[in-house]
Amino acid sequence: MNNFIEFDTSSLWAALPEIFLLSAIVVILLLDLFLDKRFKQVTYYLTQLSLLISGLLAFNLIGHPQTIIFSGSFVLDNMASVFKVFMMGATMVAMVYSRHYLRAHSLFRGEYFVLVLLSVLGMMVMISGYSLLTLYLGLEILSLSLYALIAIARERADAIEAALKYFVLGAIASGLLLYGMSMIYGISGSLNISDIASFASSANLASRETLIINFGLVFLVIGIAFKLGAVPFHMWVPDVYQGAPTSVTLLISTAPKIAAVAMLVRILVDGLGSMHAYWSDLFMVLSILSIALGSVVALMQTNIKRLLAYSTISHVGFIMLGFATGTLTGYGAATFYMLVYVLMSLAAFGVIILLNKKGFEVDQISDFKGLSKHSPWFALMMLIIMLSMAGVPPLVGFYSKFFILQQVISAGFITIAVIAVIFAVISAYYYLQIIKSMYFDEADKDITIHASIDMRLILSINAILILAVGLFPDFWMTLALSLF
Amino acid sequence: MENIYLTIALSPLVGAILAGFFGTILGKTATHMLTILGVLISTVLSLYVFNYHVLEQGEIFNQNLYTWMQINNLNVSVGFLIDNLTAVMLVVVSFVSLMVHIYTIGYMHDDTGYTRFFSYISLFTFSMFMLVMSNNFMQLFFGWEAVGLVSYLLIGFWHHKESAVQANLKAFLVNRVGDFGFLLGIGLVLAFSGSLDYMEVFSSLGKTMNQQLWGLDLITIICLLLFVGAMGKSAQVPLHVWLPGSMEGPTPISALIHAATMVTAGIFMVSRMSPMFELSDVALTVVMIVGAMTALFMGLLGIVQNDIKKVVAYSTLSQLGYMTVALGVSAYSVAIFHLMTHAFFKALLFLGAGSVIVAMHHQQDIRKMGGLRKKMPITYWTALIGTLALIGFPGFAGFYSKDMIIEAVHFSTLPYASWVYVAVVVGVFITAFYSLRMFFLVFHGESRVDAHTAKHLHESTPSMTFPLIALAIPSLLIGYFTIEPMLFNGWLDNAITVVPSHTSMAELKHEFFSAASMISHAIQTLPFWMMIGGVASAWVFSIYRTQWADWAQKKCHRTNYVLESLYGFDRFNDIVFVSGVKKLGNLLYKVSDVGLIDKVLVNGSAKLIGFIGKIVRPIQTGYVYHYAFFMIVSLLIILTWALFAGDNPLLEL
Repeated sequence: MNNFIEFDTSSLWAALPEIFLLSAIVVILLLDLFLDKRFKQVTYYLTQLSLLISGLLAFNLIGHPQTIIFSGSFVLDNMASVFKVFMMGATMVAMVYSRHYLRAHSLFRGEYFVLVLLSVLGMMVMISGYSLLTLYLGLEILSLSLYALIAIARERADAIEAALKYFVLGAIASGLLLYGMSMIYGISGSLNISDIASFASSANLASRETLIINFGLVFLVIGIAFKLGAVPFHMWVPDVYQGAPTSVTLLISTAPKIAAVAMLVRILVDGLGSMHAYWSDLFMVLSILSIALGSVVALMQTNIKRLLAYSTISHVGFIMLGFATGTLTGYGAATFYMLVYVLMSLAAFGVIILLNKKGFEVDQISDFKGLSKHSPWFALMMLIIMLSMAGVPPLVGFYSKFFILQQVISAGFITIAVIAVIFAVISAYYYLQIIKSMYFDEADKDITIHASIDMRLILSINAILILAVGLFPDFWMTLALSLF
Repeated sequence: MENIYLTIALSPLVGAILAGFFGTILGKTATHMLTILGVLISTVLSLYVFNYHVLEQGEIFNQNLYTWMQINNLNVSVGFLIDNLTAVMLVVVSFVSLMVHIYTIGYMHDDTGYTRFFSYISLFTFSMFMLVMSNNFMQLFFGWEAVGLVSYLLIGFWHHKESAVQANLKAFLVNRVGDFGFLLGIGLVLAFSGSLDYMEVFSSLGKTMNQQLWGLDLITIICLLLFVGAMGKSAQVPLHVWLPGSMEGPTPISALIHAATMVTAGIFMVSRMSPMFELSDVALTVVMIVGAMTALFMGLLGIVQNDIKKVVAYSTLSQLGYMTVALGVSAYSVAIFHLMTHAFFKALLFLGAGSVIVAMHHQQDIRKMGGLRKKMPITYWTALIGTLALIGFPGFAGFYSKDMIIEAVHFSTLPYASWVYVAVVVGVFITAFYSLRMFFLVFHGESRVDAHTAKHLHESTPSMTFPLIALAIPSLLIGYFTIEPMLFNGWLDNAITVVPSHTSMAELKHEFFSAASMISHAIQTLPFWMMIGGVASAWVFSIYRTQWADWAQKKCHRTNYVLESLYGFDRFNDIVFVSGVKKLGNLLYKVSDVGLIDKVLVNGSAKLIGFIGKIVRPIQTGYVYHYAFFMIVSLLIILTWALFAGDNPLLEL
């Protein structure tokens, strides 16, 4: 790493999806300036198009052997490509849902889409980052766009408050993360993941070196835990989920989780995998705390966005539990869980957004009352989503939990599995509450649905996928396992 | 044969799909014809399979039909294991299901959800077939969840009734508790044997049984966890609370699901896992004691119930307890035998109760009945047969199975078996008492029916009385004809394992001569006189001197209170689980979101975080510095932990 970065243009193809997206962002940003108000839809379609193309470019790179470019600070491997494809897909779906929400609440502005694209770019950099600095760069691009996105509803006090909270706490978390990175850099002499990996796994580490790595590790884990929203670094999650415009909440709760998991894999598995013994206990504790707190506190919520925030915290606990096992299959199980979670979360927020209409913000569980009478189809979709989140077979949410628990038991942590299961039982209650209010309560206000056909169609496909992947999980599990 | 098995399972599914999706187009008649046809095909083929496997001793069929997914060591398939145990279950399930389908034509005649109901019960039949035919744990679990789901749908079938909605929520949640125990058990099985296939798991038991976990044998823990699943589904104390509530559903499903088939899934499962349970005396003892508690205490509750369906429901709980006791003393074949006889006579009793309920215009209180014998002769005589079978009157089906359970307990060498013996013998008295009390109050004595209902009181339609007669025949005869082959001539030997040191069955065989001789010896046995005592007391209290019942109720008001509050299980659950968890949630919510930090930590450290506070103070809540502070404190705790945990080098410096 001592030589200057050589700019070798022949290897640029490995970063083609990122490069394309960056150019697209610039074009869209400029174009949007000159677009007449009547043609604002163009920005939306261009956004979808550039996400699609960028996703196809990433898809095209699946199967390439590992390629490391930019002097070891950027990696292209199967995990990167697969994650990027999923993230693009998730963002595209999120954009379809967002459009409905933005129109209903007069937030339809060009900068929304540009900021989303920027955050996507940040996530891509995080997924492919192979040095601590690149990873941090990606994280900051993502975070800054998200802060701005939350605050896009300028006249809403709670949105501004959420943005500021997220910003302040995010800054602290970034500080901690950087501090950890500097420790690792100081002791290993390199920012590159591969150099760090070979340093950490060398047999003759002095005990003081181990200690410093260990301390750096704690800071890194905290930075990642904050991004994932694991207890005790979860405080921002409920407030931000509740305060942000629902379409932004939807975005925050889906794609960035993929990026955060990628960063986790890069730093902790690829880089410090040999120090696994040090971070797995920590993960165990954080994940059990998350599952417990997420499951129990959600019982008290009446705001559905807040409820889903706590549900996210408990899902994150399960994901971290998979990583805590320290086996490749465990990592695969965690990745599978993460993809499943993204699928479910998209659909859940999709249904919430679907019920929004002009001047009517849906954020209470009671807003779902009597949905089965007015729209039996979407009530059924929500039923599938909620049962899947509760982990009822044969929906996909069951497999993801089962797979994690199986790995946890195989790794010998039976007590942990029992605790996780007990809280999973408790969490079934609040998912059932939503089902109850949809099916057994009478509607107390008008809940007719006004949504375009693409929104209805994509949402239906999204929810049916939860059932379909549950019926045929083979392919997805194999895919998740093949990444490690 | 493979196609025959598939047809058995799938023909009710086809019926369910047709009824479910096209029911409104097809109309009522076509819907019930189609679903009944589906189940009829299954019934005929089940009899054929029974003949092939049990009577002609055909080969066991064990094959994976379809690989669902294959990931590393986890292979999940759909497959069938058809041996004699499965064959017996198939006949019981299909026959009772057929009878219930026919009965439903009359019972649900005017209901708006007619086709939906047929769709559900056919779907249930399919799920139950998949459960009993499974050759691996995963499919078993899926069938297990599927029957639970249909049961949930059917309990809440009349969802305009608030109580029905509450009951189905309760059933769902209680079953989740059992299911997760079951799932953990399956997880352990997979972790230690690397397979979910029954045969592979059973053949690898030798390796597993020596390992230890939490200071117990691994096999004991696995068996206990699996048994938690069985306790949920088969409603054993303390997970029984959902079954009485399930009576909110229509009566045909009480007969099919909550008496004859689904609730016996736990019994079936433990019998299927007999090679595992046999290795753990601890687990067997727990099974036996839980069963005995259910048998005795749930029977006692039957005495104070006045709702006709609740009485039968508590008797079901108590009989399930008897079956569980039989499992505990390693008399698996006796448990299955009782499962079979019970399926027939309890379905009969429920359908009889349904017939009475329809005639009484949905009045279910037995204190408001009486003297129905003359008006409803077929219901009366079939109910009499059912009741005599239930109390174990010599010669009737229940007599053989219950007597064998009691004898098996008598011979058991497990610890506490002598206490359990007392419980099951006293249980006979109680069973006779509450059964006859209900019988007398409904059919004999003075009529207490109100004038309006009395005018319209008549026997039910043929579609309802036919199943009663068809179920009365096996309730009367099946014990006599099947006891010897099933228990002693090895009908179930290819499915059930009993280790030699568990001698109950061997001793039973030693004592047994013939079904006929059992009747003639009955008069010399204790259970017989307990039964007679129960019948006599029921007669005294409900016919001869009814005022004595009131007097006894007053004298023993404390006992009465305990019984009427159902031992307080429901209240305990309400207080501890429902409101307790809510309170815990509230507490944690306050702790994590607002409370703890604000009150305890912040004041002392206000200066440290003051500058962050200044930035965010204008933003209404000002709580963000609590969050930040919480993060920093967590960081410090984790760092301290990292310092002292394990082999930390700093301690050596």
